[in-house]
Amino acid sequence: MVYLTRKIEFSASHLYHNPAFSAEENRRVFGKCNNPHGHGHNYVLEVTVAGEPDPTTGMVLDLKELKEILQREVSDRMDHRFLNYEVPELSGQIPTCENIAMVIWRLLEAKITRGHLYRVRLYETPDLFVDCYGEGRGGREREGTAH
Amino acid sequence: MKLHLWRRYRFCASHRLHSEQLGEEENRRVYGKCNNPYGHGHNYVVEVAVSGQVDEATGMIANLSDLDAFVEHEIIEPFDHKYLNEEIAAFQKNVPTAENICIEIFNRLRVFPHASLERVRVEETGLNSFEYAGEPAGGTHEPHQ
Repeated sequence: MVYLTRKIEFSASHLYHNPAFSAEENRRVFGKCNNPHGHGHNYVLEVTVAGEPDPTTGMVLDLKELKEILQREVSDRMDHRFLNYEVPELSGQIPTCENIAMVIWRLLEAKITRGHLYRVRLYETPDLFVDCYGEGRGGREREGTAH
Repeated sequence: MKLHLWRRYRFCASHRLHSEQLGEEENRRVYGKCNNPYGHGHNYVVEVAVSGQVDEATGMIANLSDLDAFVEHEIIEPFDHKYLNEEIAAFQKNVPTAENICIEIFNRLRVFPHASLERVRVEETGLNSFEYAGEPAGGTHEPHQ
């Protein structure tokens, strides 16, 4: 098994607000992230695909193909967008790093047809990031059981 | 879905690698420069991964302000700008290698009440790093960077 990782960056704005909370509770739970005008990040996304290299090409999957999938599914949807209002997949959710990573996992999983999506790592800042393993258990436990 | 929420922290501390179970000569041979009796320091980076259900109301596994406050209290405050050998009880008997620091940090953080601790990663310098994920009943974890 080989693990191949491709990185992209996108910049987007968001805010955290739960309409079921009072104004006071929103401020308490979400702090600065509750600013009604929103704020932004330079997100860094690392997508890891696991698979066996094709004996003819030596590739798990064609990086060009993965690059196009990431462009179409993630950059075109999220880059220079206000995530709360412009990304339907996030509507009704708080656009935390956790929720964005899960949305990206769902967008990518079925599109990757060579190898399988192993991990989506999304950095909101260099000091805060989330790893999503889909329904896998995390770490390398998934190895040897997924196919 | 299985998610790990990672947060990165920093502290600066000094230490000396010296084992009471080894002679002076042996300590110098094993630890080299790190055996300098006056100690030396590093800018440590600590990455902490926790897991749990994402709360629908907040979109979060754990509120970062809770995690930050917990790590500040358990790790940063006691470790930052300290001489680990003398000022952290665990290192009065264990050598404060990055391996042992990683395990000590994991053990201190495992009682975090708002999510499950998954893994601790310690960078002693930008060139070496260490990970610890506890000792599960079913075998050992492997690093997966």
